[in-house]
Amino acid sequence: MMLALLQAAAEASPAAHPLAGTVAEYVWMLPLLPLLGFVINGLLSIVPAYHAGPEDVSHDPEAGHTDMAHEEAYEAEATTFHRRWNALSSVVGPLVVGIAFVLAAAIFLAMRAAGPSLETAGAFVRTYGSWMPAGELRINWGLQLDQLSMLMTLIITGVGTLIHLFSIGYMRTDPGYSRYFAYLNLFVCFMLVLVLGGSYPVLFVGWEGVGLCSYLLIGFWFSDESNANAGKKAFIVNRVGDFGFLVAMFLLWANLGTLDYAGVDAAATRLVANGALVTAICLFLFLGCAGKSAQLPLYIWLPDAMAGPTPVSALIHAATMVTAGVYLIARSGALFALAPFASLLVALTGALTALFAATIGLKQWDIKKVLAYSTVSQLGYMFVAAGVGAYSAAVFHLATHAFFKALLFLGAGSVIYALHEAYHHTHREEDAQDMRNMGGLRRHMPVTWALMWAATLAIAGVPVFSGFFSKDQILGAVYGAARHSAIGELRLLGIPGSAILYGIYVLGLVTALITAIYMTRMMLYTFHGANRTGEGERPHLHEAPWIMTGPLAVLGVLTVFGGWLNLPAVLHALGPEALLDRWLAPVVARASATLAGGEVAHLSHATEYALIGAAVAVSVLGIGFAVVRYRGPLLAKREAEAAETGLGAAVRQAYYVDRGIGRYLVEPTIALSRKVLWRGLDVGLIDGVIVNGSAALMRGVAWAGARIQTGNVGNYAWIVAVGALVVIGAVAFR
Amino acid sequence: MSLLYQVHFYLFGIIAVASALFFVTRKNPVAAALWLVNTMFALAALYVMLDAQFVGAIQVLVYAGAIMVVFLFVVMLLNLGQTDAPDFRTPGVRLGAAAVAVVMLAELLVLSRAGRIPEVAPSATPQTNVVAPVAELLFTEHLLAFEITSVLLLVAVVGAVVLAKRQRRA
Amino acid sequence: MIAEALFFSAILFTIGVVGVLTRRNALIIFMCVELMLNAVNLSFVALSKMHGAALGQVFVVFVMTVAAAEAAVGLAIVIAVYRHFGTVELQNINLLRG
Repeated sequence: MMLALLQAAAEASPAAHPLAGTVAEYVWMLPLLPLLGFVINGLLSIVPAYHAGPEDVSHDPEAGHTDMAHEEAYEAEATTFHRRWNALSSVVGPLVVGIAFVLAAAIFLAMRAAGPSLETAGAFVRTYGSWMPAGELRINWGLQLDQLSMLMTLIITGVGTLIHLFSIGYMRTDPGYSRYFAYLNLFVCFMLVLVLGGSYPVLFVGWEGVGLCSYLLIGFWFSDESNANAGKKAFIVNRVGDFGFLVAMFLLWANLGTLDYAGVDAAATRLVANGALVTAICLFLFLGCAGKSAQLPLYIWLPDAMAGPTPVSALIHAATMVTAGVYLIARSGALFALAPFASLLVALTGALTALFAATIGLKQWDIKKVLAYSTVSQLGYMFVAAGVGAYSAAVFHLATHAFFKALLFLGAGSVIYALHEAYHHTHREEDAQDMRNMGGLRRHMPVTWALMWAATLAIAGVPVFSGFFSKDQILGAVYGAARHSAIGELRLLGIPGSAILYGIYVLGLVTALITAIYMTRMMLYTFHGANRTGEGERPHLHEAPWIMTGPLAVLGVLTVFGGWLNLPAVLHALGPEALLDRWLAPVVARASATLAGGEVAHLSHATEYALIGAAVAVSVLGIGFAVVRYRGPLLAKREAEAAETGLGAAVRQAYYVDRGIGRYLVEPTIALSRKVLWRGLDVGLIDGVIVNGSAALMRGVAWAGARIQTGNVGNYAWIVAVGALVVIGAVAFR
Repeated sequence: MSLLYQVHFYLFGIIAVASALFFVTRKNPVAAALWLVNTMFALAALYVMLDAQFVGAIQVLVYAGAIMVVFLFVVMLLNLGQTDAPDFRTPGVRLGAAAVAVVMLAELLVLSRAGRIPEVAPSATPQTNVVAPVAELLFTEHLLAFEITSVLLLVAVVGAVVLAKRQRRA
Repeated sequence: MIAEALFFSAILFTIGVVGVLTRRNALIIFMCVELMLNAVNLSFVALSKMHGAALGQVFVVFVMTVAAAEAAVGLAIVIAVYRHFGTVELQNINLLRG
């Protein structure tokens, strides 16, 4: 079959694309490799359970809350049989993703080798078959390889491989080991379909597939109801966004008659710039992005998604899936370039989300919740960049965020693992994710400590670390757009667009400040001060095994040096400048320039230095403030603070958004469903009138019919005679 | 067409209808059966006048001679000669039957006048070969149907025997 | 004379129908059915004459055969019914009442 696909691909390439005939022809293997892993691991997860019989529940009821399975319970059941299968999963799971990464790297090198000819040749598109040939609508299974999808593929497979390796250690004792790797492989497969798909519908397949995997992995320990509910919540909230995405696709098809990227890019010129149609398409697309990438008001599922295993949070809910919205906007740059108004709304939503989530992060005790709100906040940053047309800046931040946030999550996973192991030894039921149970872990796990500090400095925006460069580029882009851009010339509610953009810039700075504060707070509570884990547990706290720290170290290197991907012009002394900008230019430069109003504004060096100075100042200020605020004595307190009131309590409860949604959206919906839809429509109308009513009608007809059946032949003769009269009459008086 | 022929035709027709009316109004089954036999004889005469001499012959032989005799035989076997119960249904039913009769007669007459009916004269000379046309059709084109009627009769005979046989108690 | 024959046929048929509808005795009803068959036979013969084809007469032969078979089975049923119920009044026979 693969051969046939290959041949089909070869036949479909008459024009000599620079990549034709190179290793890029194997692009179809990228999604298929993880799919193969999914099939193997999926079978492995079924076979042992089948062997063990119905006694072997594939989950541990105790494991749900604390991330880790109970070891004894597992040891008791774990036969060598199980171990052998698990070992196979350990090999297959990471290996397929690793091979995909190697292949992606090879294709990347081929693209580099193709050189400048690639910039003019456009995307490398391969079609592998027809999916929906319906009338004029022709949707093909097509993959598209260009600079943007290549970068995404590298991030997904690279970070994905590291997280798969980390999972070997983290999930070691989990009874659902093979099932976990099966889901994770499937996720990578769908994620690659998402970024490599050559049209919106194929992207949508990946889009929904990753949503499915997200659901499966959030509810991985589904025996705990809250975990299962978190999975459902993520799935349902995403449906709202998917509705928007679908409507956008319908509008595209109805008005442009094509859904391929190439076709849409070409046909977009037919749309009226700044018209209602293109704005509607973009806003519906953004609704989809807001769902998938957890932006206001659809962010609510992401904090709950932390119910899944921590490596899942790192891979899906930080590094890859949630950035799909940013990818989609960058991909749809040709459309957004025509809709400055929609772009402004994207930027505004991103900025508000960034600030909103960052403030919530200030008051969380659950280490993963801090990181979750941090992710929402950083995604907001990306949307700010995408909104002002700085698509390469958005993708740059996407990349650096993938590095440092994956590192932070995996580091948090390492901490949780250590605490869980310790509590496991002493058989205490404590929350291994609560920072109030941590403190002073620096002495016990120095590697994790050092690497997480690197990531914290990166996200806070301290110079040299990767996050500094990407965040600085975003803020610079916003400032530049405020000075001069197509967006700046708009008016929203009478306010000039440029004023709003300046406001967004300020919001970005404030968010950076708050980010620095809450991240430092998290680090201080976790690693510094006195240890609050417990006397009995302290001797059992130790660093995670090498299979977990190894990926952390690799991510640490990327976190520190990721900024070199895209050095700003003013810092050209450090190395070659704007590598990423130049790499992505063939895909996004035109849209960026259109949104900027002709030419991307070039800020003077003095302005750039001033912007960098401001960014560095707020990050140092934030870290300094946190160090002073959460100093020694406060850290030592077991129960840190008394009950809060007012704003503090509101922030702690995430502004009561969940509660508000529950009260004003979910409960009325449930009430409506119960009283009107269930009791009224279902029981009353459908069951009562239609189902039972038709039964009653039939009973009545049957009763009348039974009365006719007198058993008396004479009466039957009458019926026959009358019937004959009717028939003969019909013939006679035709 | 001779007047004599027409008179005879009407005569036998009226006999048939009158006998049928008597048949249907007799309370006594034996009397009714005998009136029906009379109708059948009249019909046989009409068949002959319509140049269907063979049909007329078997009408007398089979219908009047065999079937009606069996009827009479059963009537007498079951001793149904005198019955106390009123054999006719209630006046309301009879009124309804009259209505049905009027409508049906109207419909049938409309039907019989639907097409143009050509006047066909009876053959002037006595016909000598009256069976051959019927036999030719019966034994060539409709041979299969003819053979199947023999199976039908066999089944009817067996069925009648089984039905009328006195049930042995198991 | 074809029209007259059809006219007599219609009258006889209607008389048969009225008999079936108004009588109670199973045997009489049977005979009414026979009368209806005869009425139809008269139509067949008349139309056979009209078309100058013997097919109508062939049909009459078949009808008579079926009538004979029907009479045999029907009368056997009447005997069985009489044996079971002690009567041939159809009013009293309604085992199949719904």
